[in-house]
Amino acid sequence: MTARRASLGGHAYEFPSLVELMAKATPARSGDVLAGCAAESEAERVAAQTVLADLPLTTFLDEQVVGYDEDDVTRLVLDGHDPAAFAPVRSLTVGAFREWLLARAAEGDEAAISGLARGLTPEMVAAVCKLMRNADLVAVGRRTRVVTGLRSTLGLPGRLASRLQPNHPTDDPVGVTASILDGLLHGCGDAVIGINPATDSPAQTIALLELVDAVIARYEIPTQSCVLAHVTTTLRALDAGAPVDLVFQSVAGTQGGNEGFGVTLGQLAEARAGALELGRGTVGRNVTYFETGQGSALSAGAHLGVGGRPVDQQTLECRAYGVARAFDPLLVNTVVGFIGPEYLYDGKQVVRAGLEDHFCGKLLGLPMGVDVCYTNHTDVDGDDTDTLTLLLGAAGCSFVIAVPGSDDVMLHYQSLSFQDVLTARQVLDLRPAPEFETWLQRMDLVDDAGRVRALAPDAPQARALLAAAR
Amino acid sequence: MSGLTGADPWAVLRGATRARVALGRAGDGLPTSRLLEFRAAHAAARDAVHASLDVAALRGALRAAGVAADVVDGLVEVHSAAPDRATYLQRPDLGRRLADGTDLPAGECDLAIVIADGLSPRAVQDHAAGLVAAVLDRLAGWTVAPLVLAAQARVALGDPVGAALGARAVVVAIGERPGLSSADSLGLYMTFAPRPGRADSERNCISNVRPPHGLGYAEAAGTLVALLTAARELGASGVALKDEGPALPPGAG
Repeated sequence: MTARRASLGGHAYEFPSLVELMAKATPARSGDVLAGCAAESEAERVAAQTVLADLPLTTFLDEQVVGYDEDDVTRLVLDGHDPAAFAPVRSLTVGAFREWLLARAAEGDEAAISGLARGLTPEMVAAVCKLMRNADLVAVGRRTRVVTGLRSTLGLPGRLASRLQPNHPTDDPVGVTASILDGLLHGCGDAVIGINPATDSPAQTIALLELVDAVIARYEIPTQSCVLAHVTTTLRALDAGAPVDLVFQSVAGTQGGNEGFGVTLGQLAEARAGALELGRGTVGRNVTYFETGQGSALSAGAHLGVGGRPVDQQTLECRAYGVARAFDPLLVNTVVGFIGPEYLYDGKQVVRAGLEDHFCGKLLGLPMGVDVCYTNHTDVDGDDTDTLTLLLGAAGCSFVIAVPGSDDVMLHYQSLSFQDVLTARQVLDLRPAPEFETWLQRMDLVDDAGRVRALAPDAPQARALLAAAR
Repeated sequence: MSGLTGADPWAVLRGATRARVALGRAGDGLPTSRLLEFRAAHAAARDAVHASLDVAALRGALRAAGVAADVVDGLVEVHSAAPDRATYLQRPDLGRRLADGTDLPAGECDLAIVIADGLSPRAVQDHAAGLVAAVLDRLAGWTVAPLVLAAQARVALGDPVGAALGARAVVVAIGERPGLSSADSLGLYMTFAPRPGRADSERNCISNVRPPHGLGYAEAAGTLVALLTAARELGASGVALKDEGPALPPGAG
């Protein structure tokens, strides 16, 4: 391991390891300060970016951030690296890779960008991301195409899908149904109707799966359900013959982080196989769903890399995508403002992180969505989430998460509202997933121009759907 | 659900959830009244996080709640190693340590009680006095260290405080992270044999003390004292107590 040096403004800076170089090149955020790996000054940050820009991409195949022998995520990534997919950019430095991506994006060459995925490692993508401005992240994200499907098709150009999140503090079936129907009436739910259960009991999970399955079946809605229980709970639901569309799990970018979530790569493979066997798809066979978020490894104390040095949270987040992509997911989303101000302090940091995560996940080949959200002890409000949502819509984000009135009454945080989804679609001329759009037409929930109707509470279309609650 | 056939088919559904369903629309956005309702709830939560604790008022409230004058006068104020709110929010590690030079009276006692601002000083202002009075009422025969009031504090600050005071157990009454509809919720965390480095799995928690909407003082204090008694018998708190201890009232875990 050789130290790398740069001089800037008459000062000499030295970066003893790749881990430190990556951390110090990262745009400012509170989590890296907490971990003790952030740049000490703005000048040091730019010095690190200057060094990083000259690093050949192949460096990341030869030199690890988290050790190969110690960490199964590193092994999963490197053992699965595809040299043929890497070939078009193999000779480039990180800085030249940024320029290559921007040039392909400007040409609209989606195939060239999207074809790289299996040839890139999370660390390569994290590195180039650190050099990019927000608009770079939007421009390249927009031209990176990742299309997935189960009963709806996600990731097509000109579309913005949504996860309808009908959480309830006690999993009350009527309460959950109320939120589902409200979301459907607002044209939401095309990515998934996904519930965070109040408890992780298998019986509760099965009851919720059956509830959503019944709503989907009754109205023949081209979407999928998910109960975001631990993968071991979903395995038990599968054993019990429950209608499992999607296997969910939170994942992190290190083996230790995943151990903190109580999950192994083997369990994920087993659960995916179980869901595939049910054959519940109509337009595709993607049966997994992962959530991630910057800071999750640090919060589990599993953020150390080579030499016991703290790895920055953005690089670790990209490594979580390295886990997710091994399981061919339908959906992946970062939960960008959930974890708190000790990881992302304010609106600026949350907006930046949301764009980073979307760009990096997509470049690595993932169907990337974002939970645009915040807690009350973070310096973020609805103006910040509007900014991020509209930028993500411009960046071609696969889906966002929406809850009634932005208020998740179970997890006690704020995500987007159904109205926010409609606004983003209107402003950016985006449409729901095609199968779902056809369903909205059939149910007369949209007008001839495809706009979701603002219905009176007792409108016939509303009454027709509300009958599901009987 | 015959209500679904009435003029407002949402009536029954609204009754089953506090979720903000059927808000209506202005174009694709929210109606102004709904927008302002949401802002008011968020503002209350934000203000609760950033409120400063009025210590004189808290002393007065303790007296008014029936806490003995000598106990109130003996209240010790400490500060975590986080100098201000912005640092506190970004550096939870500093909120778990005492400020350099903190001096606490060493001794030997059954229990220390720490009133901590946490993420909602408002919760402490509104509920700490009533709760502490109800707890002290139920501790006949226990030796209790001087009350401690901790600023910019996390739950784990109770560990060094309890250790310095020579307490066999520590209870931290702390303002919980405000939700949109609950800016004033107090949490109680009990740790047996407190010392720096205790894990969260070694604590027991009683959440959502906020009468009249949440748990009342008497009920919370009763549960807490049952937990303390069980922890003293077992010689441990946390997961071990939950798994092996006597049956606890609902909400004690």
